[in-house]
Amino acid sequence: MIDSLAVGLTVLALVAAAWSLLLAVLDKPLTLETKLTLGVAGLVVLLELGLLVQAVVGIVRLVGLDREISGATFVGYLLGPVLVLPLAGFWSIAERSRWGAAVLVVGCLSVPVMIVRLHQVWQGHA
Amino acid sequence: MPDAAPNATRSGPGRLLIAVYGIFALAATARSGVQIATRFGDAPVAYLLSALAAVVYLLATVTLAVGSRGSRRVAFGSCAVELGGVLVVGAVSLLVPSWFPEATVWSGFGVGYGFVPLVLPVLGLLWLRRTRPAAQPA
Repeated sequence: MIDSLAVGLTVLALVAAAWSLLLAVLDKPLTLETKLTLGVAGLVVLLELGLLVQAVVGIVRLVGLDREISGATFVGYLLGPVLVLPLAGFWSIAERSRWGAAVLVVGCLSVPVMIVRLHQVWQGHA
Repeated sequence: MPDAAPNATRSGPGRLLIAVYGIFALAATARSGVQIATRFGDAPVAYLLSALAAVVYLLATVTLAVGSRGSRRVAFGSCAVELGGVLVVGAVSLLVPSWFPEATVWSGFGVGYGFVPLVLPVLGLLWLRRTRPAAQPA
């Protein structure tokens, strides 16, 4: 897989998670009206776009692969974060308390976990 | 929150609880789908148990989010089944490892998932108790 993209997405996800954690600690709901909340929303959108690119590239690479890996699991870990992140995003902005930002922390942290698993599957030890 | 608003279970900390349940539901469903579709014969008991866990997590996620009187009852049942499952399967997987050649979410009390499967139903039950509609004036 493209390691630089994976590293970039991991860093982005961790920054977004830390930012959301800060909002949760400061008791700021995700109103999307302040610079702090718009900033984290921008990061999450950027992260989602990157995850889409990773999914497309990953599926193309899988089709052209000449060794045996668990294809279904691999596609699962490609599409998992693409699905989870927007769901977590919408679930979090519907909440008008600090717990909305807390949802985003968990949603963002799930992304690096799935990227690590993705690479384990790619290397053949599923 | 003493008011019996139907959305009580999905606001405040409940919002986070349901989000974690949702991630587990998705992960467990996808995982058990792949296991059953690709290599069911290897460990049918473990894989059926994974599928059961997936259904229970889905049920808990949806019923906690709905939060009506009836759905709270189903949520209570789901959390209870989860807690029972993780305790029984956790104990059996340590005492008789040969029964579980393949790990399930509940093996070793959920050690493979940072013990979240053990903590989640406890938090779910506590949250349901906390958001219980007031039956008598407090």
